[in-house]
Amino acid sequence: MPQTRSFDPYTENGGTILAIAGQDFSVIAGDTRQSEGYSIQTRYAPKVFRLTDRAVLAVNGFAADGNMFVKKVKQRLEWYRHAHAKDMPLRAIARLIQTMLYAKRFFPYYVYNILGGIEEDGTGAVYSFDPVGSYEREACRAAGAAQSLVQPFLDNQIYFKNQVPAPGTTHPAYLSLPDVLSIVIDSFTSATERHIEVGDGLEIYIVFAKTRDLQDFETIRAKNVHLIQELTVAEDGERIFVLRRDLKKD
Amino acid sequence: MDHFPTNWGRPRNDAFDAYGTYPIQQRPNNIKDNFNGVQRTQQPIVTGTSVLAIKYKDGIMMAADNLASYGSLARFKDVQRLHAVGNHTVLGASGDMSDFQYIQSLLDDLIIEEFTEQDEHTLGPAEIHEYLSQLMYGRRSKLNPLWNSLLVGGYKDGKRFLAYVDLLGTTYSASTIATGYGSYIAQPLLRKAVEGREDTLTEREAQAILEESLLVLFYRDARSLDKYQIAKVTESGVSISESMALRTSWSFAEGIRGYGAQTQ
Amino acid sequence: MFRNTYDSDNTVFSPQGRLHQVEYALEAVKQGSAAVGLRSKTHAILLALKRSTGELASYQQKMYRIDDHVGIAIAGLTSDARVLSNFMRQQAMAERMIYNRPIPANRLVSSIADKAQVNTQEYGRRPYGVGFLVIGLDKTGPHLYEFSPSGNSYEYFATSIGARSQSAKTYLEKHYEGFADCSLEELITHGLHALRETLQQDKELSIKNTSIGILGPAGAHETGVPAQGSFRILEDEKIDVYLQSMVPKELEAPPITAPPPTAGDVDIQMTDN
Repeated sequence: MPQTRSFDPYTENGGTILAIAGQDFSVIAGDTRQSEGYSIQTRYAPKVFRLTDRAVLAVNGFAADGNMFVKKVKQRLEWYRHAHAKDMPLRAIARLIQTMLYAKRFFPYYVYNILGGIEEDGTGAVYSFDPVGSYEREACRAAGAAQSLVQPFLDNQIYFKNQVPAPGTTHPAYLSLPDVLSIVIDSFTSATERHIEVGDGLEIYIVFAKTRDLQDFETIRAKNVHLIQELTVAEDGERIFVLRRDLKKD
Repeated sequence: MDHFPTNWGRPRNDAFDAYGTYPIQQRPNNIKDNFNGVQRTQQPIVTGTSVLAIKYKDGIMMAADNLASYGSLARFKDVQRLHAVGNHTVLGASGDMSDFQYIQSLLDDLIIEEFTEQDEHTLGPAEIHEYLSQLMYGRRSKLNPLWNSLLVGGYKDGKRFLAYVDLLGTTYSASTIATGYGSYIAQPLLRKAVEGREDTLTEREAQAILEESLLVLFYRDARSLDKYQIAKVTESGVSISESMALRTSWSFAEGIRGYGAQTQ
Repeated sequence: MFRNTYDSDNTVFSPQGRLHQVEYALEAVKQGSAAVGLRSKTHAILLALKRSTGELASYQQKMYRIDDHVGIAIAGLTSDARVLSNFMRQQAMAERMIYNRPIPANRLVSSIADKAQVNTQEYGRRPYGVGFLVIGLDKTGPHLYEFSPSGNSYEYFATSIGARSQSAKTYLEKHYEGFADCSLEELITHGLHALRETLQQDKELSIKNTSIGILGPAGAHETGVPAQGSFRILEDEKIDVYLQSMVPKELEAPPITAPPPTAGDVDIQMTDN
């Protein structure tokens, strides 16, 4: 007779993440609510993590798997540092994540990963993964509870789907940082309005390429000094910041 | 091909394969179960109900009643569900009590090992919580969970710590946490009473908040008891109270249909 | 060829109660170029002299980062050092995985000392041919330890291992009482002075042959150091400023005349405790 197990090793902890790549920057964001069923477990459980000065990983799905996965990725990156005395490049981290996810193909990490950061050629990049490791590089991606709310919005705002440029003009190839930040914040305030598992707090990580002029960012930073924190470790390299905001808590 | 006839299984099993549709090599073999001699926890047996904990001015405070139930039977009425781990940490458990007592023995061993190092490094609540998270997640990943929801509270190096971990390895930290039934009934009460007042609540106020929540739980949770203990962890260490009794009042029940004498 | 009987097997005592193979291992440490370690109230530092096999070869790495809060300098067989440092890294990572805390440095040193001890007692093994200076930073402050192939480990205010390390120790013994209140720069200068004592007659410290490992808050000449003062290894141009700070040897107060270390009969023995 087939045996049934009553123990289900998975749960779903809600929340949403998204990332958008600019020409020479990358923005990775996630809300901070953790829930199970209709209960909010905590209003502050980070889902977005700095891996290196040029790589940020957002994880969404089953929180216990997510935290363990991030911990293991970080330890693999530490071994890479021991062996090579430098940080792993973004595209290599992406491939590492795919092999680590696929290694558990038949007892998967129930998490959707989005990796954002700066490539070795200085371009902003976003990689998105499914739980068993399929991945691709994209310009933007939303995942998690409110993916179905946010992704169509991004398709419209980032890829200009269903928009017709004014006669004689074209859509811009890349969006500016202020535009991207506005889109991220609007995505989360909207998702908070319409999805019960999204809310409480928002963490937006911003990674800048080495060569980027930070003038536009510094104006934003000056207006939000208490909200923005720099996480860069090494000098003369990519720079990484986190912007923390409140979302509605109801 | 397996040449041992004893492993071929019975050629006909009317309940399973009444018309002998399986070719011989695909017939179910004679293994009695899928456990290979190993049993895994599929459900909790003797269980404890909610644990409540909050942060307050001087540290953290945790409460749990003294009941261990066997299904709906109130089986053991003098069980301690709060456990001191070293000098800075208290652990509270709901769920399977035998799994909890196993965890206690693991932690006691750990604390002894740490003590025998005789250096200035001791395990604080954060380290204990991380250890338990790895333990619980490791066991769930072997599909052999320790069937508990645990609260870890503590105070070390001037910092309060309060966090949760359960049988799936799910973790989180907050200024008020309640497990089990308490997460539905007590948690809203605790949040209302504590959030934003973590640094001003006195010990008396904190205790009153927990006792009020235990009382509500006792009225509504059929697996709870009116006998409970409260643990606090502060600068000066861990203390777990003797068992105390809730002061219940049933007079209000008079007016409620289904409780008091019915007029019609 | 054999200098001693009772030395073909490390598990057999000589009639004098010595383990000759273990003592030879300690000799291997002395073949390695010197490393110096010292600490103040705020910092622990390592300095090491790198060797190269010739003009065409690079300099051998003498320092390894174990974790943010632990670094080592080695003297002896580099390949043995890689085995042990790898083990230390694994231990440090396991501590972070299980307890999410930096591993206490004293326990890390004990764990490799225990490994080394096994090699002095089990048949068919050989002792490690490498010695370590280990610096660690934890909430009880900066620490400096020595690990040796005999399975011993000690904590020090300042010490040195490797070739002609006795000369460096002589310098350190003369000055160590002032180290506690030193700034990082002063501490490094002391370290360089001590390391200089281990040089051969016609050699001097240069940006090519010197490594400096630091634990503790950023010094006046440093930038980009994380607030917690993570372990970093300075080499090449970055150490020029410190080399410049050295007082030329002629101007220095005449060093205490220590008996020059003679290669053969330095007293090597395993301590009883």
